[in-house]
Amino acid sequence: MKHLPLGPNHLHGRSGTTVTAEGPPDSAFLSVRDLRIHFATDDGLVRAVDGLSFRLDRGRTLGIVGESGSGKSVTSLGIMGLHRSARARVSGEVWLDGEELVAADPERVRQLRGRKMAMIFQDPLTAMHPFYSVGQQIMEAYRVHHPDAHRKEARARAVEMLTRVGIPQPDRRVDDYPHQFSGGMRQRAMIAMALVNDPDLLIADEPTTALDVTVQAQILDLIRDLQRETGSAVVIITHDLGVVAEIADDILVMYAGRCMENGPAEDVFTHPQHPYTWGLLASMPRINRERKERLLPIEGNPPSLIRVPPGCPFHPRCRYAQLTDGRSETEVPSLVPTDSPGHSVACHLTPEERRRIFTEEIAPGL
Amino acid sequence: MTAYIVRRVIAAIILLIVVTMITFAIFFLVPRLAGETSTQLAAQYVGRDPSPDALAAVQKNLGFDQPLYQQWWEFAHGIVAGRTFRYGPDASVCHVPCFGYSFKSHLPVWPEITSRLPVTISLAAGAAVIWVITGVAIGVLSALKRGSVFDRFSMGLALAGVSLPIFFTALLSLALFSYKWPVFPNLQYVPITQNPVLWAKNLVLPWITLAFLYSALYARLTRAGMLETMSEDYIRTARAKGLPERQVVIRHGLRSALTPIITIFGLDLGLLLGGAVLTETAFSLPGVGQYAVEAITDNDLPKIMAVTTLAAFFIVVANLVVDVLYVAVDPRVRYR
Amino acid sequence: MRTIRSSRTAVLAAAAAAVVLAVTSCSSSGKGGTAGTSSAAYNAGIAGVVNPSTHTGGTVAYQLSSTPDSMDPGNTYYAFMWDFSRLYARALTTFSTAPGTAGLKLVPDLATGLGTSSDGGRTWTYHIRPGLKFSDGTPITTADIKYAIERSNYAPDVLSNGPTYFHQYLVDNSTPYQGPYKDKTGGLNSIQTPDATTIVFHLKQPFADFDYLVSNPQTAPVPAAKDTGASYVNNIVSSGSYMFSSYTDGKGASLVKNPNWSAASDPLRKQYPDKITIDFNVAQTTVDQNLIAGNTTLDMAGAGIAASTQATALSNASQKGHIDDAQSGALAYVAMSTNVAPLNNLHCRMAVEYAIDKTSVQTATGGDVHGDIASTVLPPTVSGYTPYNLYATPGDAGADSPQGLAAAKQQLSMCGMPNGFTTNLSARADRPNEIAMAQAVQASLKKVGINVSIQQYPSGKYFTDNAGAPAFVHAHDLGLMMMAWAADWPTGYGFLEQILDGATIKASGNSNLSELNDPNINSMLSSAIQNTNDAARTAAWGSIDKAAMQQAAIVPLLYRKDLLYRPAAATNVYVTEAYGMYDYLNVGSTK
Repeated sequence: MKHLPLGPNHLHGRSGTTVTAEGPPDSAFLSVRDLRIHFATDDGLVRAVDGLSFRLDRGRTLGIVGESGSGKSVTSLGIMGLHRSARARVSGEVWLDGEELVAADPERVRQLRGRKMAMIFQDPLTAMHPFYSVGQQIMEAYRVHHPDAHRKEARARAVEMLTRVGIPQPDRRVDDYPHQFSGGMRQRAMIAMALVNDPDLLIADEPTTALDVTVQAQILDLIRDLQRETGSAVVIITHDLGVVAEIADDILVMYAGRCMENGPAEDVFTHPQHPYTWGLLASMPRINRERKERLLPIEGNPPSLIRVPPGCPFHPRCRYAQLTDGRSETEVPSLVPTDSPGHSVACHLTPEERRRIFTEEIAPGL
Repeated sequence: MTAYIVRRVIAAIILLIVVTMITFAIFFLVPRLAGETSTQLAAQYVGRDPSPDALAAVQKNLGFDQPLYQQWWEFAHGIVAGRTFRYGPDASVCHVPCFGYSFKSHLPVWPEITSRLPVTISLAAGAAVIWVITGVAIGVLSALKRGSVFDRFSMGLALAGVSLPIFFTALLSLALFSYKWPVFPNLQYVPITQNPVLWAKNLVLPWITLAFLYSALYARLTRAGMLETMSEDYIRTARAKGLPERQVVIRHGLRSALTPIITIFGLDLGLLLGGAVLTETAFSLPGVGQYAVEAITDNDLPKIMAVTTLAAFFIVVANLVVDVLYVAVDPRVRYR
Repeated sequence: MRTIRSSRTAVLAAAAAAVVLAVTSCSSSGKGGTAGTSSAAYNAGIAGVVNPSTHTGGTVAYQLSSTPDSMDPGNTYYAFMWDFSRLYARALTTFSTAPGTAGLKLVPDLATGLGTSSDGGRTWTYHIRPGLKFSDGTPITTADIKYAIERSNYAPDVLSNGPTYFHQYLVDNSTPYQGPYKDKTGGLNSIQTPDATTIVFHLKQPFADFDYLVSNPQTAPVPAAKDTGASYVNNIVSSGSYMFSSYTDGKGASLVKNPNWSAASDPLRKQYPDKITIDFNVAQTTVDQNLIAGNTTLDMAGAGIAASTQATALSNASQKGHIDDAQSGALAYVAMSTNVAPLNNLHCRMAVEYAIDKTSVQTATGGDVHGDIASTVLPPTVSGYTPYNLYATPGDAGADSPQGLAAAKQQLSMCGMPNGFTTNLSARADRPNEIAMAQAVQASLKKVGINVSIQQYPSGKYFTDNAGAPAFVHAHDLGLMMMAWAADWPTGYGFLEQILDGATIKASGNSNLSELNDPNINSMLSSAIQNTNDAARTAAWGSIDKAAMQQAAIVPLLYRKDLLYRPAAATNVYVTEAYGMYDYLNVGSTK
């Protein structure tokens, strides 16, 4: 397992319930404050994101981790302004380089999209239009933000981007259609398309999930290398802690639309604080894990986002909930700093209990 | 591509041959299976109370005394090489493509088909323009404003459009706009070469009636297609690029949603060119469809053969055009 | 038999009924006086001429919901074509241009007078008027008439639509004549043209109705040099007051004045309109609406307005004034097989005669506008018609009246079937009107214990394969058969011979559905047709009618009538009893 060195800026978690926002926040490049994204459906209100806050600086990579249905993808779409505006109710703040996006004019957000912030998606086959060549799609992304650029210039740019992401014979492959590319090449092309306007923020939503293992590593290496070149901020959304371990500077663990734990990647991996994080770590496949040992998946399923359990949303699945004297069933735990810098956790267990349980019960199994 | 088209054309010709064979078989074999002799078949084409020698003469002249395969062969041969008939004092040459002489009137079939084609083409083409524009526009708007008053109203109208039979809407529109408020009085087909304005004016009601049905179909298809494509991942990608919504809808959404509609459009148009039977009958338009009704009512084989072959021809051609077009539209499809 | 046309667009028209009904009933109140003329009254065109006028100019526009079988005068069997073709094809004789019974009177047309017969009615001689010309200016000779008859009667493989009475009655050559298209050496020897204005016919047997036979458009002259067989219809040479300026098969035609026609040689025709147009294949409801709106002068088919139009037109006073409820000359009846048990017994047949409730049959067809209750074989518009009723029941209610019920029961007892019997009734499946009548017949027979099941057959095969094929009738126990009949020419012989004469029974295509083969009737028919005394001959038809009813071979149901519409703009309009529709010869238009 490879850990990245910790940078100077750590994430400062905030309680989902206490933030009141006024004016631009601190100097962070991306700052999300008390973000709530709710969808009205026929079955009830879906609280996909419910009071999420985090911050991210240029040059750094944040890994948002959680099971499917934890609200991580909605978070990324919310930042990009790509949630279905008709049905979604969004509140809170998203500050990008000193500009608030939630309340901003959608047209302004559109102008930022693809230029200042870009996104790559899980399945590059369905995420690219089947009827346009890879080059056309990259050129389109370029020209929408460079209206004065000529076709030739845009095409040169597309070829350049394909070169940068490591597509062989880019001047020929630029006219190929997505279905003529292999899975890994398609994701490279997606990255080329996302980075064509040199965005400052790149959000990668499960960028490697649809790819096989060797290609996964190549793509992660590519993202990391490009980030070093451009110094942009990267948000990687994944259910796979392995990916986060590979690339992230910081980790944010999401559950039921809320932040359970966040902190520097190294710290979270070595001293995880939240029982949910323990569960994620325990269910992570490892090369050095012995065959006979079974993966320990977290018991139960993620809660319905329409009926989130009261108190700590994780308590129905938490093996240690009985240690909290019932608080976990009534009281929402707030995100509080741990004794390690920049590392916060939302859990009713006392730091002592957490340390004891981790060292005695969890660590030996990892 | 040339090889592909050549292959397809050969397949189309074989299909047409099979269609004519089947039509022939239905015409001759079904009555025979029902116990009818060729004399009884011939009796349909002689006046009332025919004398036996008259029957025999007609039977011979229509070729019913020959084996079926030979009758078919002469028919098929006539299309490519012409035939000679004797329906008068002198033998007359029926030129290529010769679909024979009507059993009833003993007049050549092909000239009448060609004289009726402009009517059917006028009707089908005009209606097609209307239904493609309105159907697609309504479908796209409905999909984008899903659940809105506009969506509900237009889909309600579309449901009416697909459910109401043409002969009802045709007669309703006639009753309202030709008789009660004579906006389009005394509807008669006028060739475009004779008076383009009157041509268009007198076709407005038939166009709208026919287009109403198809607009409804296309609006529903387009709406469904748009709803499907607009939830595709690549639409999200297009938005993530920062494309303006209009470009997202038109360049990315509509492009995909319309692709299957092209196929259906080609076939619908091909089908209509073979004769818009109900519309032509209701509006008394002297087109191929009306001719088809006449052919079937009179049980007049050469007419039936001509109409069937023509309809099959149009459908086969439309199919071919659609397939070739599809390759141009969808890069994933290749000539096979 | 003249064709009784059923509308091809009947289904469409029925479907349209509700729509058109609803809409036109709203519109009818506002417009009011489309009529304008004082003579516009219901049935005004039956006994008198509506809008008599000598106005010339304008266009007479005909519309037709189908197509004619052919406009070639030598190749048509449709009554409306026999009526209309007289505008461009003059026969030797035709019917008087007058309303009412006078319209049944035969008058010379090309001929200078009616035929003179010799050899006891076997030889008929006609002279044609001097100075007659075709539309191309060439003179008309009797050779052209001879040729016209040869082509229309002896070349069934080319001109197959018309009747072949001449073939049937004229003496054939020693080797059967093959018609002018195959036999180019000579002609039919039994038609002689000693000079250009004389024509002599030699018949196999005396035939007193021959003047009627030559009123058929088949005797209209055709110049052999211009005859192109089947395609002659595309360039018909006119002998009448109008000639074709265009003709398109399946679509329509237009006619203009024939400059070579001279009023001096024609006491019947007037050349009123400048132009006559015909549109084929116009939906019947459209034809009707165009008549009401005045866009069309007349419905060429002469078979009446659609059921959907009828309801509103009759209830609207101003429209009703334009309607004539005309006798079509057809009889709807039930033929009773004299060879299917137990109807082979006269008393069983008489029981049926008494039991059928004709009033309910009339109601089933839509009421008295579609037909008067019939008690004789001959309809009132056929010469020889004598009113009588052998099986009268109060109110024509049959078994629905106590007297009818008792009479029917009595006959059943005499037949040895006091509790009734079971049999089949055939009808044409594609004629809803006929099915409705059959159901009414079925209902009234049930009252006397006669259980009838209705068997439906397609009309195209009705005579060739089903009701008209005696072997089929016997095998399938068709004791009763629905039938409608009209004469090819309006005399007793023209009407009765095919349906009552035992000699006409055929294995297929039989019209004598009862298979009535009564020696007395047979001989009455053959002696009457040889009788050249008009009055005696006409009286004979009435006696034969009665003899047939005494045999109870048929149950007359209705003398059919049609609702004809004449717009205000149509002039010189009246119903001719000869064709059961408007006389098209001198119709004009103020438009």
